[in-house]
Amino acid sequence: MTELAQPSARGFWADAWRRLRRNRAAMVSASLIVVISLLAFIGPSFSPHSFDAIDWDHMAVPPGGPNDHWLGTDRLGRDLYVRTLAGVQISLQIGLLATLVSLCIGVAFGATAGYLGGRIDNLMMRFVDILYSLPYIFIVIILSTLFDRGNILVLFLAIGAVGWLTMARIVRGQTLSIKRKEFIEAALASGVGTGSILARHIVPNVIGPVIIYATLTIPQMILFESFLSFLGLGVQEPQASLGSLINEGAQEMESAVWMLLVPAGFLVTLLTCFNFLGDGLRDALDPRER
Amino acid sequence: MLRYALRRIFGVVPTLFIIIALSFFVIRLAPGGPFDEEQTLPPEVKANLEAAYGLDKPLPEQFVRYLGGLAQGDFGPSYKFKDFTVTELIAQGLPVSLMLGLSAVLLALLVGIPLGTLAALRQNSPTDYGIMAVAVLGIALPSFVTGPLFALIFGLHLRWFPVAGWEAGEYRYLVLPVITLSLPVIAYIARLTRGSLLEVLRTNFVRTARAKGLPERQVILRHALRPALLPVVSYLGPATAFVITGSLVVETVFGLPGSGRYLVQGAINRDYTLVMGMIVVYGGLTLTLNLLADLLYGWLDPRVRYD
Repeated sequence: MTELAQPSARGFWADAWRRLRRNRAAMVSASLIVVISLLAFIGPSFSPHSFDAIDWDHMAVPPGGPNDHWLGTDRLGRDLYVRTLAGVQISLQIGLLATLVSLCIGVAFGATAGYLGGRIDNLMMRFVDILYSLPYIFIVIILSTLFDRGNILVLFLAIGAVGWLTMARIVRGQTLSIKRKEFIEAALASGVGTGSILARHIVPNVIGPVIIYATLTIPQMILFESFLSFLGLGVQEPQASLGSLINEGAQEMESAVWMLLVPAGFLVTLLTCFNFLGDGLRDALDPRER
Repeated sequence: MLRYALRRIFGVVPTLFIIIALSFFVIRLAPGGPFDEEQTLPPEVKANLEAAYGLDKPLPEQFVRYLGGLAQGDFGPSYKFKDFTVTELIAQGLPVSLMLGLSAVLLALLVGIPLGTLAALRQNSPTDYGIMAVAVLGIALPSFVTGPLFALIFGLHLRWFPVAGWEAGEYRYLVLPVITLSLPVIAYIARLTRGSLLEVLRTNFVRTARAKGLPERQVILRHALRPALLPVVSYLGPATAFVITGSLVVETVFGLPGSGRYLVQGAINRDYTLVMGMIVVYGGLTLTLNLLADLLYGWLDPRVRYD
């Protein structure tokens, strides 16, 4: 499909890549995301401590002290470097997982509604409107009552399963705009079935906006996970999440400000980077800018 | 216009009904109940408790009962706050939450629009870049990070405002929560205003206004800003939903006696009626405010068609 879409010598994707590379904020963000991800998955093994081990001799020590707790410890003497990185790990995994789920459902739903049109489209989009009218976090909180607390994986499959609303709308709009194009007509004329047209012809052609929106969905999902964990509805002790660490840190900030600043710093960096990267991708891929 | 308004108003009712029905059945399908987590009760006592609250009846019957209660403004008893009905709990907290939310939206408009206008008028200047960089941060920073940070800086270190609490609604207790809550909304409104004002400034009628010699001030305020603010009006609906969501966190961080925290506590305690009550009230509130924003938009923009 990409071969067909490139009449010029330099293809659409090569062009987009060139534009993205010129965007300094996006490139810095992308490298920071890579660095943080590597740190999150490899970093903890360099520390002699585990995320739930209690060090009775070093309770609530600040960073940079004469010990091997590089970012200090929490009130219970657990190593903050390892705990924060464990939280980043959870954030990244959940952000990707939930985005993937919402992407699959959203693309399938939106493409189907847009391509079939008529009454089915009406009904499907009405359903999306109703879910849309409720603040998202309400749906998430209702869902969180459904599962045993601590079963974070299932919870986030479920969150991804309601996070597809915007994606469905975007894909539907794109589908509407291409479904009368000649190549669809050609496919129809040569007897291709509805399912194959959706999968082989519609979906590959709406992938640009989908990528942009997916990059912007990842920080949203990371935010939701931290939000729920901050409120005590997400990741449970002794597991650590950026949200629950920030909550603990906020309670101790009078005497131990690093407990707040360390996890908050990581969360803010991650969110900002993903947002800049998403913005950069949008500028690079948006055909109106060409 | 009137027919459109009426149709939209009646459209809210089925939406609210579907939301109530969906959340009612989803919550009841959840494993565990409100009487599970205390010390294990003898089965007879638990059965009696459930009978007293009507939890032993079949689900559809419970649902009809619940709807009957709602129609009379009765949200049922809270299972955990035993001495209160859900109606009482929400009625206590809602005024605080509403005041917090309304002040936040108002502040966001008062700060966001001028900032966005300034950025648009000085496009590509350091002022513009500065404002937009702060706006990106404002959108990226979640309130559960900014809240504690503000409390730390302005409450603990500078001692300008109290860190938390609520002394009979004194205004200084509202300052930090309102700023925390409105920061992302300010950022978003500033971005919206900037973007749409830049577009409007390139249109022909603005050129005409300038050509006939109007002072720049008047061109901006009377001609350009009015159509440029339409996207801000349509953002007001999502903004209120955002503020309602944010109030859950802000009320927790600053220890305000609002109703937002009941949603979270209700979910933790599996206090069905409390969660349901919050969803009905906040859901209804969101729907109504969205509707108002839409109607306001239609009234302001004569290009909107009603069919």
